[in-house]
Amino acid sequence: MSAQAAIEVSHLTKVFGTRTAVRDVSFTVARGEVFGFLGPNGAGKTTTVRILGTLIAPTSGSASVAGIALGSGADEEIRKHISITTEAPGLYNRLTVAENLEFFARLYGLPGQNARVYDALSAVGLTNRADDLCGSLSKGLKQRASLARSLLNEPQVMFLDEPTSGLDPAAAHEVLGLVSGLRERGVTVFLTTHRLDEAERLCDRVAIMNTSLRTIGTPDELRRTLFTRSIAVATAAPLDHPDKVFDGLTAVQGWQADGPAGYLLTVTDPAAAAPGVTRALVAAGADVLSIGETRHSLEDVYLELIEDREGRS
Amino acid sequence: MITMTRTGAVIRKELAEFRRNRLIVVTATILPIVFLISPTASILAIHATTSSALLSKRVDYSLFLPLLVPLFVPATMSAYSVVGEKEQGTLEPLLTTPITRVELLLGKAVAIFLPAIAVSYLTFGVFLAIVALFADAPVATAMWHAPQLPAEVLFIPLLAAWAIWIGLAISTKVTETRVAQQLSVLGSLPPLALISLMSFQVITPSIGLAAALAGGLLVIDCVACFGVARLFDRERLVTGASPRRSTPAAAAPGTVRRLPPVSGTS
Repeated sequence: MSAQAAIEVSHLTKVFGTRTAVRDVSFTVARGEVFGFLGPNGAGKTTTVRILGTLIAPTSGSASVAGIALGSGADEEIRKHISITTEAPGLYNRLTVAENLEFFARLYGLPGQNARVYDALSAVGLTNRADDLCGSLSKGLKQRASLARSLLNEPQVMFLDEPTSGLDPAAAHEVLGLVSGLRERGVTVFLTTHRLDEAERLCDRVAIMNTSLRTIGTPDELRRTLFTRSIAVATAAPLDHPDKVFDGLTAVQGWQADGPAGYLLTVTDPAAAAPGVTRALVAAGADVLSIGETRHSLEDVYLELIEDREGRS
Repeated sequence: MITMTRTGAVIRKELAEFRRNRLIVVTATILPIVFLISPTASILAIHATTSSALLSKRVDYSLFLPLLVPLFVPATMSAYSVVGEKEQGTLEPLLTTPITRVELLLGKAVAIFLPAIAVSYLTFGVFLAIVALFADAPVATAMWHAPQLPAEVLFIPLLAAWAIWIGLAISTKVTETRVAQQLSVLGSLPPLALISLMSFQVITPSIGLAAALAGGLLVIDCVACFGVARLFDRERLVTGASPRRSTPAAAAPGTVRRLPPVSGTS
């Protein structure tokens, strides 16, 4: 096992009755990494989080969390070093925010509970709502309180299971800001989400899951693996002979029209190819409006992989 | 190993929630009143001239009904205990903390036991006070000398503990609070059946029989925590499914067309 790994998963499988929720999944998450775990509904994301959070046992395979092996009789020890924020905030509505946090601080046996609670509430900007009943809070505030609860034990690994689900854009933005702050605290974040834009913005690496692991890597690596790289060119007027302009360029492997005065060029290295393309266009008398690398979003990667499995296999 | 800090935290939390839960407060108030009115009315309706046979029957009946309080009040409260957390969505976050099953269940049980026996003894005390103040002297004397009276004082906590463990066991198994409460009330009745046979002198009550019954209940109450803990299956409570640990045939690797499943490393 890697000394640097916060999470190591090897051939993990989980079966409920006749349904396989997670199949032969292996990956490693480094300490301090923000790791995105993506997939459609029913892909096994929450099941994986529950296994790693010691809530349920795997059918087969092995894993370690915070350097401690699952199923080694040390589940209680693992739970001291992790926290899980679930999709539902899971707060006691009849208790105040502070009472909720104090309860969990006692369960973790934390010294200086009041200070810990105050620090956690400060981190999420909820000190002014400490004495409010949780039942009176909006969903966004509840999710913040839930995050504060997860910070109490200063976890090494924090599992965030759909933390922005059901939140309005402003509340989701706030929660994501808090997640971003966790990186600065050195916490390893395991983020499951449907929101690909937030995964792309926050995560060092992402894994795409659909019962089995479809792929894993940085968003850029996934784009490079799945899609050819290309340059998009826009000119003021259509080129008279685009084939003569592009076919002579060694850096350009192919091209196609993209609109009335646009061209999409397949290249291996956009940065190296762009100057030559620009010179060729100018030499051909074209007025270049724009030239730049086309960038596939993580959503393109996700859809490519998920549709590949669901629609074309 | 049981950590009292964690058990204590559960007790404090549960008591705070009970105080603010109108349903619990109403249940803990209404039931004792109901079970107080009937025996009190029954005793106060007897006059000094009543035959000793009728007096004895009324005393038996009046002393039996208050025993329902330490059964029904904790049964209702404990039935809500686990399934209620599940319905609120608070169970999963709770189970991700280092708390053990025994600590959690013990905390919940103690938190129910304390108000339940307080309400039960209060009900019983109010009943006896009314009898002492307002019943005719021979009736009050018959009540004070009834052999069930000391037994009842002993049985109140034992019955409450039984009802709590039954309620907790059911609460870990079912998925709806209402079903849990109905089953818990039913599940709390068996020891009462035996006690009622003694109360109504179908079985001749004796100190030995009462002591044996109390001893049996005490043993059950003491070990029940561990029995209920065995029923407390984190996986089933979180997912609704029972664990299966063998590698199934269905877990064969899937077909991946463009990108194979990979092992990621950092």
